[in-house]
Amino acid sequence: MFDEGSPIFQQLADRIADDVLAGAYAEEQQVASTNEFAAFYRINPATAGKAVNLLVDRGVLYKRRGIGMFVAPGARDLLVEQRRARFAEQYVRPLVREAAALGIDAAALTRMIEQEDQS
Amino acid sequence: MSTAVEVTGVHRTYGSTTALAGVSTTVREGSICGLLGRNGAGKTTLLSLVAGQERPSSGTVRTLGHDPVESVEVLSRTSFVRDSQRWPDDFRIAHVLSVAPAFHAGWDAGLARDLVADLRVPTRTPIKKMSRGQASSVAIVLGLASRAPLTIFDEPYLGLDATARQIFYDRLLADYAEHPRTVLLSTHLVDESESLLEQVVVLDEGRVVLDADVDTARASAWTAAGAAGAVDRVVGSRRVLARHALGGLASVTVDGAPDEAVRREARAAGVELGSVSLQQLVAALGAGAPTVDAGAPATADEGALS
Repeated sequence: MFDEGSPIFQQLADRIADDVLAGAYAEEQQVASTNEFAAFYRINPATAGKAVNLLVDRGVLYKRRGIGMFVAPGARDLLVEQRRARFAEQYVRPLVREAAALGIDAAALTRMIEQEDQS
Repeated sequence: MSTAVEVTGVHRTYGSTTALAGVSTTVREGSICGLLGRNGAGKTTLLSLVAGQERPSSGTVRTLGHDPVESVEVLSRTSFVRDSQRWPDDFRIAHVLSVAPAFHAGWDAGLARDLVADLRVPTRTPIKKMSRGQASSVAIVLGLASRAPLTIFDEPYLGLDATARQIFYDRLLADYAEHPRTVLLSTHLVDESESLLEQVVVLDEGRVVLDADVDTARASAWTAAGAAGAVDRVVGSRRVLARHALGGLASVTVDGAPDEAVRREARAAGVELGSVSLQQLVAALGAGAPTVDAGAPATADEGALS
């Protein structure tokens, strides 16, 4: 379920954020409880709690006392903004590096992206 | 947050054999703590001391706030099902389930019945005649259904197949979530149990070589893989915990956390940085069975949890 790349709580936080981004959780919708996440992903509840707290700190989730965790209003826009900021580093840079290693120049790369975009 | 277990400067010798040589650790109440290490590292000795079944040669053990030896407070609130648990010759699972509530105030008969069914514990076979895996299942039923404030599992999975182990992990997490308690679990199956654990204590030859929460432990080392010369340049004079080479390629496990300078250098040199799994870290500390074939580079995605 999880790989070794980063701490499990980080990966779970990313996964929940992915679900918010994809619209699987609407804004103001309640998300699963820490214990439900723990049982579903087979992880320690404290780890699941860390993931949820990380998303609360980032303004993606918020807590309603005695009820549970909810997707914050504006969470989707916030995530889009955060991910756009990381897009060049995460996707473009490795792409350009691999292209350079294969002798694909910027013009050829641009053509490939345009073709992909149209298909 | 209070402490469930506090071990301070504990030595334990058996004749001329030293099982524990100055062990200190604390386990937070309500956490799941994994005790890792090779055979003979001292895991079972440490668990026996915590459960009050043995005394340390020197040092102190405090369990649930008491000296555990012959302590009613500790024994009544602890479940420690030993690997070598003995039962009367004709005891079957029904007998075990009927006496267990007398020892554990929190005993849940419904949970015990469910576990017996899920783990397919044979009801007609005397426990003495059970297979290794079936006996392990009995121990798991006892440990989980006791709901003891301190529950100790000493390699609870011996002889269990992968499905039964998964049932154990699932039921442990589910029941722990509803009824939080302190769980001590000794295991060799690091990859399998990593995600269950909050804290990890690694023993090697009677000493603690790592004691941290799992995320901190995994962030305490990193790997660099690529062309051997480039890898060695990037790593520089940092402390190398393990090194594997394959032809001109090398993969090293390095102590500490990679700083920005290392990341930049690695990018420029085409060296791939990765984080370590708990298993890799334990092995690199010399406390695990070697998991990497000689010459095979350990890459960042090797042995990923699936």
